[in-house]
Amino acid sequence: MSESLIRFVIGGTLVSAFAVLGDVLKPKSFSGLFGAAPSVALATLVLTIIYRGPNYSSVEARSMIAGAIAFFAYACCVSHALMRYRIHAAVAAGLFILLWLGISLSLWAVYLR
Amino acid sequence: MTIGINLSAVKKTKWYEFAIRFLMGGLITALIGIIAKECGPNVGGLFLAFPSIFPAAVTLVEDHQRKKKQRVGLKGEKRGREAASLDAAGAAIGSLGLLAFATVVWRLLPDRNHWEVLAFATVVWIAVSGSFWWLHKRYCRR
Repeated sequence: MSESLIRFVIGGTLVSAFAVLGDVLKPKSFSGLFGAAPSVALATLVLTIIYRGPNYSSVEARSMIAGAIAFFAYACCVSHALMRYRIHAAVAAGLFILLWLGISLSLWAVYLR
Repeated sequence: MTIGINLSAVKKTKWYEFAIRFLMGGLITALIGIIAKECGPNVGGLFLAFPSIFPAAVTLVEDHQRKKKQRVGLKGEKRGREAASLDAAGAAIGSLGLLAFATVVWRLLPDRNHWEVLAFATVVWIAVSGSFWWLHKRYCRR
């Protein structure tokens, strides 16, 4: 089985597990925490440690800090847009992905490159 | 402010909604591996905090709330958006936990037992997220 296929199966399983946990917990604002669960990070780090070692994974984790800062801005903007404007959740979540990409790449270019 | 479990929420989720989340999670994880291979861990690491589960989750929350209101004869669009907005606010708080998770892994992984570090980082994620959530509920009520 290729590495990508193993990543696909483990990533899909972990994301689904955290998503179900988020579904069953209430209130909504608390279950929302699971929208930012480290599911993809865990799946990736487990496999990266096995295939490439802890130092390589540590570098990935350092860059993840920039991604997490971008995630904070992204989720705040989606929340604000949904509360203030008549816009569907899927549209807001999709459009603001560009903001996540812009912020995380800018942080990478300034601090991590 | 009590945290509870509502198992009936799982029954409301359709099979294709589970499938979409599995597919998205799997594809993003596989893609991160390819990006890290091509561009190095410095760039690939950014995507460890990619909002992979969030768009599907927030869409589902809006959809379920809207349908709930429509069953009693209301439009439910505003309520759906408000519920999705709350869910997104929760994710913003969760991202602070994600920041703590990444910092723990970055600082501890090279020198400690790898699996213990990942387990500890996950505990830190929920502890930090839960603490900020509690503080937000306690002091920043809308």
